[in-house]
Amino acid sequence: MGDFWTQHGPELLVKTWEQLYISAVAMGLGTLVAVPLGIALTRFPRTAKVVIGLASMLQTVPSLALLALMIPLFGIGKLPAIIALFIYSLLPILRNTYIGMQGVDPVLTDAAKGMGMTPLQSILRVELPMAMPVIMAGIRLSAVYVIAWATLASYIGAGGLGDLIFNGLNLFQPDLIIGGTIPVTLLALVTDWLLGRLEKRLTPVTEREGRRAA
Amino acid sequence: MTTTEPMVEFDDISKVYRGGNVAVEHVTLTIDRGDFVCLIGTSGSGKTTTMRMINRMLEPTGGTLRFDGKDIHSYDAVQLRRKIGYVIQNIGLMPHMTIYENITLVPKLLKWPEEKRREKAQELIKLVELPAAFLDRYPAELSGGQQQRIGVVRALAANQDLILMDEPFGALDPITREALQELVKSLQEKLGKTVVFVTHDMDEALKLATKIVVMDGGHIIQTASPAELLRHPATQFVRDLIGEERLVQAQADITTVGAIMLRDPVSITPGRSLQDAIALMRKRRVDTLLVTDDDGHLKGFIDIESLDNNYRRSTSVSDILNPKIFYVHESALLRDTVDRILKRGLKYVPVVDSANRLRGIVTRAALVDLIYDTIWGETDKPPADDAATVNATPADPTKGV
Repeated sequence: MGDFWTQHGPELLVKTWEQLYISAVAMGLGTLVAVPLGIALTRFPRTAKVVIGLASMLQTVPSLALLALMIPLFGIGKLPAIIALFIYSLLPILRNTYIGMQGVDPVLTDAAKGMGMTPLQSILRVELPMAMPVIMAGIRLSAVYVIAWATLASYIGAGGLGDLIFNGLNLFQPDLIIGGTIPVTLLALVTDWLLGRLEKRLTPVTEREGRRAA
Repeated sequence: MTTTEPMVEFDDISKVYRGGNVAVEHVTLTIDRGDFVCLIGTSGSGKTTTMRMINRMLEPTGGTLRFDGKDIHSYDAVQLRRKIGYVIQNIGLMPHMTIYENITLVPKLLKWPEEKRREKAQELIKLVELPAAFLDRYPAELSGGQQQRIGVVRALAANQDLILMDEPFGALDPITREALQELVKSLQEKLGKTVVFVTHDMDEALKLATKIVVMDGGHIIQTASPAELLRHPATQFVRDLIGEERLVQAQADITTVGAIMLRDPVSITPGRSLQDAIALMRKRRVDTLLVTDDDGHLKGFIDIESLDNNYRRSTSVSDILNPKIFYVHESALLRDTVDRILKRGLKYVPVVDSANRLRGIVTRAALVDLIYDTIWGETDKPPADDAATVNATPADPTKGV
């Protein structure tokens, strides 16, 4: 164990950072695109079917194939990896945002509109807070997937913990495989936990004792 | 309180959905300032649609709709809605906002300063008799009745003059509902608000409304005050909606004396002799005679007792005429008359018209019918002849007193 650390310690830190960086950027972009898009789609239910169908289709492309497809378009390195992972992150967030927004009690949107809220005020003050738990569930799911799949990004030269794992596979060094896999798992778990905390913060309180809307 | 200044005017309003579904058609209706208008009808009658067009939650497809004298399309829809209070059936309090935030939602949209909002919330929560400590609570911590109280005052928070209410108490238990009806009615009267209230509950409409609008199939069937509606239901549909039981119950409240009196009572003129009088009494099997002049004006009465005592000394009816007679006006409400007849122990009361001419009499027997119907309803009679039996008590001219 100590041996492994002295030999691969600095490399491990760098690769973990790369993994995190690729995932975080992809997730950030995914959230920025998918949440507003999901909200917009609730205003156009017919378009929504088409767009969500399209996103589902992209999801079915094998991850390795998608990464490979990026090479002719964006070359190799971090950029194509981020773009591929971004595409993967879209669907869970998009679908959950759409479902969450649709699930807001129509009584509340009716009351909001009837009292004179503009559509934007209604979204920001009523619908988004109400839909937050569902949207956050989508983001958490997406984040775990993206962190796991970022391992494959090593194939197209994006770096990350995949480098360690694939090295271990090529060189028949189980300790490298394990040493690369454990940080990925930990990264995913910690991210999920942190996002869980964030979800709690963002979910509006509905009772004084601090019970939050489910 | 009711001035005739129109607040909302529907001018031949129609609402046809795409696909030709007609929700409302040719609705013409004026809602005056201070009115408490109840829109009543079965589901699908267009009552909610009609209400929701006022704050442009729905857009009419034909006709003009005016608010405060101006076409509603000359207002910005969002600004218009902030001027009109809105209370819905499912209360619609925002679960993630405190009661304070809920009450002051519209003032906040209107960018009132915090201090003014706080003040308004304090004032309003007092108005609905809830403790000020509730302001910091969340809706989930309040009972359904308390929540709807907040729902009601939320519609008053920005000093809206017009409040729309869509079956606001439908989901509440009867006791809570009644308390809230009282509250709304007193608020409306106290604050001089104009209310448009959608309901399918006739009791509620009769209790609250100053004007009831009965709707069916997207049309207005009748617009009338509650008393007028009970007295003259325009169609069988309205009768059904009111319910025969209520119509019968309402008889005592709205029936006039003239409607149940017996016509052509036995009467005599003062100039006639006492022999004529006794002959008439015998013929008609009565013990008193009403005395009228030649034009039919009621002068008094004579009874068999005074006739018996005086027939030796007197010769004409006028000599023994007792002018102290209790009578009622034919347009007087029966419910006011019943008590007096019963309390005074009178066998009958003469009924006069506005010129004091004798028109008929009300007997205790007629009251029995009425009270019987009120207590027992029409359960043992076919419903078809219902209240009409009371109105049309055969006025048999030969029937004595």
